[in-house]
Amino acid sequence: MPSIDIESTDGRIEALRRMLTIREFDDTAGELFADGEIPGFVHLYIGEEAVAVGACSALEEEDYISSTHRGHGHSIAKGLDPDLMMAELFGKTEGYCNGKGGSMHIADVDANMLGANGIVGAGPPIATGAALSIEMKGEDRVALAFLGDGAVAQGQVHEAINLASTWELPAVFVIENNQYGEGTPVEKQHHVQNLSEQAEAYEIPGVTVDGMDVTAVYEAVSEARERARNGDGPTIVEAETYRYRGHFEGDQQLYRDEEEIDRWREDDAIESFRERLVERGDLTQDEFEEMRSEVESQIAEAVEHARDAPAPDPDEAYEDMFDEPAPEIAQFAHRLETDGGHNGGN
Amino acid sequence: MSTQAVEEETEAMTFREAVRAAMREEMHRDDGVFLMGEDVGTFGGVFQVSQGLLEEFGEERIRDTPISEAGFVGAGVGASATGMRPVVEVMFSDFLGVPAEQILNQMAKMRYMFGGKIDMPLTIRTTEGGGQRAASQHSGTIHTWFAHFPGIKAVAPGTPRAAKGILKSAIRSDDPVMVFENKVIYEMEGEVPTDEDYTIPIGEASVEREGEDVTVVATQRMVGESLDLAEELDGDVSVEVIDPISLYPLDHETIVESVEKTGRLVVADESPLSYGTHAEIAMRTMENAFFSLDAPIQRVGVADVHVPFSPTLEDEVVPHADDVRAAIERIV
Repeated sequence: MPSIDIESTDGRIEALRRMLTIREFDDTAGELFADGEIPGFVHLYIGEEAVAVGACSALEEEDYISSTHRGHGHSIAKGLDPDLMMAELFGKTEGYCNGKGGSMHIADVDANMLGANGIVGAGPPIATGAALSIEMKGEDRVALAFLGDGAVAQGQVHEAINLASTWELPAVFVIENNQYGEGTPVEKQHHVQNLSEQAEAYEIPGVTVDGMDVTAVYEAVSEARERARNGDGPTIVEAETYRYRGHFEGDQQLYRDEEEIDRWREDDAIESFRERLVERGDLTQDEFEEMRSEVESQIAEAVEHARDAPAPDPDEAYEDMFDEPAPEIAQFAHRLETDGGHNGGN
Repeated sequence: MSTQAVEEETEAMTFREAVRAAMREEMHRDDGVFLMGEDVGTFGGVFQVSQGLLEEFGEERIRDTPISEAGFVGAGVGASATGMRPVVEVMFSDFLGVPAEQILNQMAKMRYMFGGKIDMPLTIRTTEGGGQRAASQHSGTIHTWFAHFPGIKAVAPGTPRAAKGILKSAIRSDDPVMVFENKVIYEMEGEVPTDEDYTIPIGEASVEREGEDVTVVATQRMVGESLDLAEELDGDVSVEVIDPISLYPLDHETIVESVEKTGRLVVADESPLSYGTHAEIAMRTMENAFFSLDAPIQRVGVADVHVPFSPTLEDEVVPHADDVRAAIERIV
């Protein structure tokens, strides 16, 4: 999805639509998970929409992103198709990963989305590598890594930022500080007040912005992107935000209370942005309701589509390991399913 | 072997020179190929493997990295995912624990997890092996871990010819390939084809010497030592020596064909014995040539200890030709 000019009316309306789409997608995913329709682990992005949309709106289509285990928001903000995302959540062949990845591994290399990631902190080195590619090929684009506050404590994140800084690569590191690393509050995981202060260690700029304000994120990432493109190296942007749901669906959340969640909800990114747009006359309340119902039908259709899509043929489990297949895979699969060529030989 | 031994132009070079020649030729062939790792540039590589490449290709393509394996192996993954063809050097295989996350969960899984929709043309070169009094953290032979792990192609050449041919295939491959070079044989000399398109396909073994009485499947340093031993035994025992070159995928057909002829198998590999490379080769042979076996399969490796420092201790632990000889004597 191309960048949008959030200074324009159309741009603001588009940003609002993207945020709504993320929320509707994840609200729906949460319900489907509770109903047992979606298997596995699901980490929802609800509450944090302004971060993904603010950041991706500042990017051009050709810019790369790496994502996290909480990746639905990044994917939608980057322009991935909710139909194919939902199909992936359902484990269907039509999904982005042919049903092999699921929620935690949605990727679309053609859209320059280098993958959600089940390993906290594993995305930044990959984004640094993408930035290295850009630099070596002399391209005019950037690589942006989304990472959570928890990931900041990971050694490989330090290594990635150090490498990108030392080589002045066109990278942007966006820390989504949603106040909890899994079930432990951020102040029990880090010594610094603001996670962006770590930028000082690399002699790169670091800023902390209101992650519930889509324009604030947009502005900070736009500036970081400009800097990266100009050959001035990476920036750390920390966005203070909040996840309304548990770390994963089913999390009992013994580490926080309802009041805290309610306090953050008062600053809800979508509500406050809607209010602002209505106040400025960018759109009317009716137009907003219309947008909401369009988004609801879009996601409902994605669900119908995913539900009806065929499941993978079990034999597909033995495909996609390599470009040049290893003969072992077919041989072992065959042996396991037959008498194995008793007496030797296949 | 895929290559014709006749009419083939070759040049004598060391294993080190063969590895360097492969990188050099592939860097000339494809602008996307570059080398990064600790001290690969100005230093020329801790074992001098990349000496001269910085002068030839410049800092952009011969990149000295911080001592930061997770960072630069991960950057290799990201660069591979976005159209480059990196060769990443991890100085000692013992250090692979540091970037293991990027190797195991990213490099090895990305293509599969993404439904086959991404190429991962990453080559990781690393060194293995005891014999340098380097003690336990600089002497290990751990290729089995990676040969075992799905999604990685693992190769471990035993001759200069194999080193050049397989590294070129690794660099050209759109799959992740880990190349395990035994550091003790960097000085080993051999004839290497000069043709710049000479490659050895990944998953193709090489019969290095034909014999009738026993098959020795040897890897890395054990290839040369087994060949010398075979010469010594010539007249008494006729030994066939096979270098699998690729550990995964493994060309067990060549091994099975040999065992069907000799009826006896010794597997010599410098890794620890339990749950190992030897076991896999033995099992494949049993699965496919059980009734051709005339004697129990023998294995030569490390008896499940780390490589110790003291020369007396290290010489005890690291396998050599005399261990292969003893194994042959047990069954012939």
